[in-house]
Amino acid sequence: MDTKKMDYTILKDEIAIPYELAMGPTWTRFFEGFKQERIYATRCPKCKRVLVPARSYCPRCFVETDEWLEVSQEGTIVCWALTEYEYFAIPIKPPYIGALIKLDGTDTNFLHLVGGIDLSDPEYVRKTIKNGMKVRAVWNPEKKGTIMDIKYFEPMK
Amino acid sequence: MGRPVAIIGVGQTKHGRRFDVSYPELVKEAVDAVFEITGIDPGDIDGVVSGTMPSMMEGVALTHFYFADVLRSVGKPIMKTETCGSTGASLAITGYYWVASGMADLVLVVGSEKMNEGDSQATMTTVLEPFYQRYFIAGAPGIFSMQSQEWSVRFGIPEEKIRAAATKLTIDHHKDAFDNPYAHIKKELTEDEVNNARIITYPVRLWDVCPNSDGACAVIFASEDKVRQMDRKPAWIKGVGYSGEEYWFGDSDKVVWQSAIQASREAYKMAGITNPIEQLDVAEVYNPFTFQELLFYECFGFCDFGKACDETLKGTFARDGKLACDPSGGTLCTNPIGATGLIRVSEAALQVTGQAGDHQIPGAKLALAHAMGGVDQYNAVLILGSEL
Amino acid sequence: MSKDYNTLRHVVRLPHSYAAGPVWTRFYEGLKEEKIYGARCDKCSRIYVPARSFCPNCHENLDEWVEVSQEGEVVSWAYSSDREFFGMQVKPPFIIALIKLDNTDSNFLHFVGGVDFDKSAIEAGQRVRAVWNDEKKGHMMDIKYFEPIG
Ligand SMILES: [Zn+2]
Ligand SMILES: [Zn+2]
Repeated sequence: MDTKKMDYTILKDEIAIPYELAMGPTWTRFFEGFKQERIYATRCPKCKRVLVPARSYCPRCFVETDEWLEVSQEGTIVCWALTEYEYFAIPIKPPYIGALIKLDGTDTNFLHLVGGIDLSDPEYVRKTIKNGMKVRAVWNPEKKGTIMDIKYFEPMK
Repeated sequence: MGRPVAIIGVGQTKHGRRFDVSYPELVKEAVDAVFEITGIDPGDIDGVVSGTMPSMMEGVALTHFYFADVLRSVGKPIMKTETCGSTGASLAITGYYWVASGMADLVLVVGSEKMNEGDSQATMTTVLEPFYQRYFIAGAPGIFSMQSQEWSVRFGIPEEKIRAAATKLTIDHHKDAFDNPYAHIKKELTEDEVNNARIITYPVRLWDVCPNSDGACAVIFASEDKVRQMDRKPAWIKGVGYSGEEYWFGDSDKVVWQSAIQASREAYKMAGITNPIEQLDVAEVYNPFTFQELLFYECFGFCDFGKACDETLKGTFARDGKLACDPSGGTLCTNPIGATGLIRVSEAALQVTGQAGDHQIPGAKLALAHAMGGVDQYNAVLILGSEL
Repeated sequence: MSKDYNTLRHVVRLPHSYAAGPVWTRFYEGLKEEKIYGARCDKCSRIYVPARSFCPNCHENLDEWVEVSQEGEVVSWAYSSDREFFGMQVKPPFIIALIKLDNTDSNFLHFVGGVDFDKSAIEAGQRVRAVWNDEKKGHMMDIKYFEPIG
């Protein structure tokens, strides 16, 4: 049979599957904190690491972490990537900077956006955004109790 | 340690945009090829291992059931292995375990993906943590860009040098792909073309990134008894290493990358390798991104940390270099994800049995095959050799 | 209990383009002309419908095409009364059925319709005939359903 490409039928479809994901007590409390513009972490009683977002157990020591503390909304950039490409189903439109941010006094890196600067020119971004740079959380006025209640982290003067 | 195990034959499809066949028909091409090449009667296979990256890549869940007929698996045990980008290597390790355990003598292992039928990056976002992380990670390139960005700053590698090394890798691999009849993207690239290509996630540009490929790969694993009954050159599995990390992206170090280091060292130890750059003849490193390929060279001990760019620019890892890396063109030119790791293993098997054709590394006896999966979370390394 | 804590609502959407390949393309083209094609295996003589590229029994490539009958009999069926399945195009009530088209050797999955769902009972062995939609899209739903005859 002739196997020339693209002459054959293509069946188009879009699969949509709805989910309701349970946050459980720890993440419910974490996101309730967001509504008051607070970032909460938990501290591991064994290794003493401060984990943010707050976790119910330490992934290294496997013990419950029930000591809550509010952490700083300032931190430093650990690494970043400027995205220029639009991904299906990602609500944020390019260009944007995804970054790991070490919030002051914590022991894990927090994944979020870096914003508040002109992102249209990659060369400018490259010269401006540096690892180790201090950034501070900027909140959306409207709170939904999700990770996007923080708009982004902006470089501090 | 288990019984000795060898790969006795491999079959691949022509990889690319394969809208000329339905998905089961694509898988059938690879399966039919391996039975034809080996002359093995499908009825003699004891069990089948099948895998894809995440099932919903193709909009059909439980793909191994979808392929039951073409896998010739009716009346046989069938297992699915699914570990994201490392699926292909995990499939090989599953087949290896099955034979090494003594529970089977002949196992058919098949990896496949039809990435062009769905939206591959949309599917991959479903791999990501949904409460905190999915929003910010732009598919695979976002993660790998952050990783290589941190690597460059940590080891003080000038951006220009990384760019030059990455450019050399992509030019070389796309040229090497011409000698691989199954490769997807084959292209003569110029430095200008690569350096000025469209940015995907800065500093990753178009030619630093693998394509979306459709393809399948089928491999037969055999016990020593079966190997001795056949008049075929075996590729012996000398070592396997598989290592994982914590789930949260941001908790563990992805530069001095524990899972990549550990998987390679476990495989080396089992294979008796103490000096990989001297002892290995060829390496099929999983390289969906040029920048990440450089980091893997360092994690696998092919050179010191911070030195991969210098060594690459010197030609150490070129086809005529000290340790040929990805002479097939690698993942950078061909990436049907669920098959990709198994293609790395197959290419290693072809090399150590002298069957790699136009991209054969002369006299290759010991080869490394590798794949990585998840949000930089898992690494698998296999060592294959021409001698038991 | 579960409702004491917050949840995150979310829909995963995944677009797909399934390649039909040459055999199923030809089968779909047949539907546009109100023809149902099967493929016959040289070795075991079975006729598969929809036509397939290979015999799952003998693993022979199939290239003998046969137009098959649009009539057959119900092998088994299930009646779905009110539960709407998310993502399923056809809304209840409906009857799904495996139908053995005359002189074929595989069962064809489709709907049985054209009956009063409240009153009529479908029995295995019931003779049915294909009813076509006026508008053809080269798709399994070009057949509207199979209706009872005789
Ligand atoms: Zn701890
Ligand atoms: Zn047959």
